[in-house]
Amino acid sequence: MKSMGATQEEYYRGVRMERYDLVKELVIALGAIGVLALIGAAIFSSPDVAPVTIATWSQSDPVDFVTTAANELAGSTTSAGYGAPYNSVGPGQAWGPIAPQSWFGVRIPIDSANAFVIQPLQRASFSNTALGSALGTWQSATPAQQTAWLDAYSKALSSATVSNGTVAVASGDYGPVPVMMSNLLGVAQAGGLDGLLTINGRFYQTDYTQPLLFMGDGTYLAGLAQQANLTGSQWGMMNETGEYPGQTWLWLYTMWYQVFPFNSPGGFIGLNASNADLGIIILMTLLTAALALVPFIPILRDIPRWIPIHRLIWRSYYAKGKATPAARAT
Amino acid sequence: MGVTTSVEDAAPGAAAAPEPKSWTLRLREAIDRHLPMDHLLPDRQPYYVGSWVYVFGVVTIAALAWVIASGVVLAFMGPQWWHDSSVGRFFNSLHFWSVQLFFICMVLHLWGQYFMAGWRHGRAATWMIGVTIFGISILTAFTGYLSQQNFASQFVAINAKDAMNGAGIGAFFNVLNFGQMYGLHVMLLPVGVTFLVVAHIVMVRTRGVVKPIDAEGGARS
Repeated sequence: MKSMGATQEEYYRGVRMERYDLVKELVIALGAIGVLALIGAAIFSSPDVAPVTIATWSQSDPVDFVTTAANELAGSTTSAGYGAPYNSVGPGQAWGPIAPQSWFGVRIPIDSANAFVIQPLQRASFSNTALGSALGTWQSATPAQQTAWLDAYSKALSSATVSNGTVAVASGDYGPVPVMMSNLLGVAQAGGLDGLLTINGRFYQTDYTQPLLFMGDGTYLAGLAQQANLTGSQWGMMNETGEYPGQTWLWLYTMWYQVFPFNSPGGFIGLNASNADLGIIILMTLLTAALALVPFIPILRDIPRWIPIHRLIWRSYYAKGKATPAARAT
Repeated sequence: MGVTTSVEDAAPGAAAAPEPKSWTLRLREAIDRHLPMDHLLPDRQPYYVGSWVYVFGVVTIAALAWVIASGVVLAFMGPQWWHDSSVGRFFNSLHFWSVQLFFICMVLHLWGQYFMAGWRHGRAATWMIGVTIFGISILTAFTGYLSQQNFASQFVAINAKDAMNGAGIGAFFNVLNFGQMYGLHVMLLPVGVTFLVVAHIVMVRTRGVVKPIDAEGGARS
């Protein structure tokens, strides 16, 4: 291992020094980058596709909205069975004994059925006796009865029709579920559910965990994301809406989701599609550490010597006859 | 009341005891010793510092300056401004393209330094801090994409929560919480990037640029 001299003067002894204006270079760079950024801003603007609200979701695809709400009540959505940090229903991702998702427990508690359906309906039932009665019937019913109503209603939703924004299903024994769903749909279409899912008893709000989880449980948002190439199987983390560049620097992270074993149900040595997030985060952490430790890793640190790109970079140094013998001393 | 060091003359005839150095003097001497001004702002460089590859570091700093300047304006005016006002939208666009240029320049700088084996001759820490800057910059940009308050922010957040939660990070770093992401994006992470960039530059200037790779010199640290 070669070390530098005790001082820069010793390190550069014998090396020909030439005039170099760092400040001028920085000022020119500031100007050039500024011009490029200004041109980009003036000509191409920036991505700003309006966010989806629960109101627009319930207006655009009321059947999907009602189906999702019914599934929340049944506990069959992604968020209902997620596990930590939202609830303790699902086991969370693990790779052998490595299970950080469950290690930290439920730190953002969300009971999907109550948070997304029952509590908003309870707030909306003020001065709405029909809804209050339906909620009373629902809450006094046995779990078996609730499941039977939801099963029947969910099956009927597959052939539901939409008329003037309302969802109609064939006649059947659904208990209070249709009244609850039609009221929730009405509140959502009026924009009330967007507010009800963020209030948490406080005036100022900046946390959108609940509405985003709820919308993520439906298929409407995912369908729009599919059209915009934003889903995971479309390298979505490095994409943006429209023709704008996204986080292209995440290409390596995103790539792992597209390849074996992280896209495979069976996988390899316990890593597969079901724990891909954990496996890829571990892999990327190791790769980042390796990049930082390149100076100490044989082969990786030797590649620059083997691939003579440095001879292009330092052409003047390697050009015969241009460097003095003293200049080559290291 | 400040801490003072006595400068009174010793009594006549007494042996003159060496005056202890104050912390301030020690710090000043250490800075003078390790980073004199002619190293911090040199007007001469080795003749081989004529390659365009050396420019990538400077343009990365320039792009960061534009990112910070446009970001300060956006932070001052508030999140609604860049959606509702054409001027705000313009500054948001300026921020967006500055970030793209920043990453392009930083990646070119990183690859350039890799193929120059810039970590040689006692510069491993400079390389490692550079990689750390790259990592924190990615995190900063990620929180920025989450703070855009548009459709992409929504779906990136929904997608990313699974990665964060699966790794246990989501219990503390909730990508669905705009307030947390925005706070990290405009304050903590930029301060971290800026601090490390200053440290990186000081380390580069303290040691000077590395010499070219020689056949006998290898690319080791």
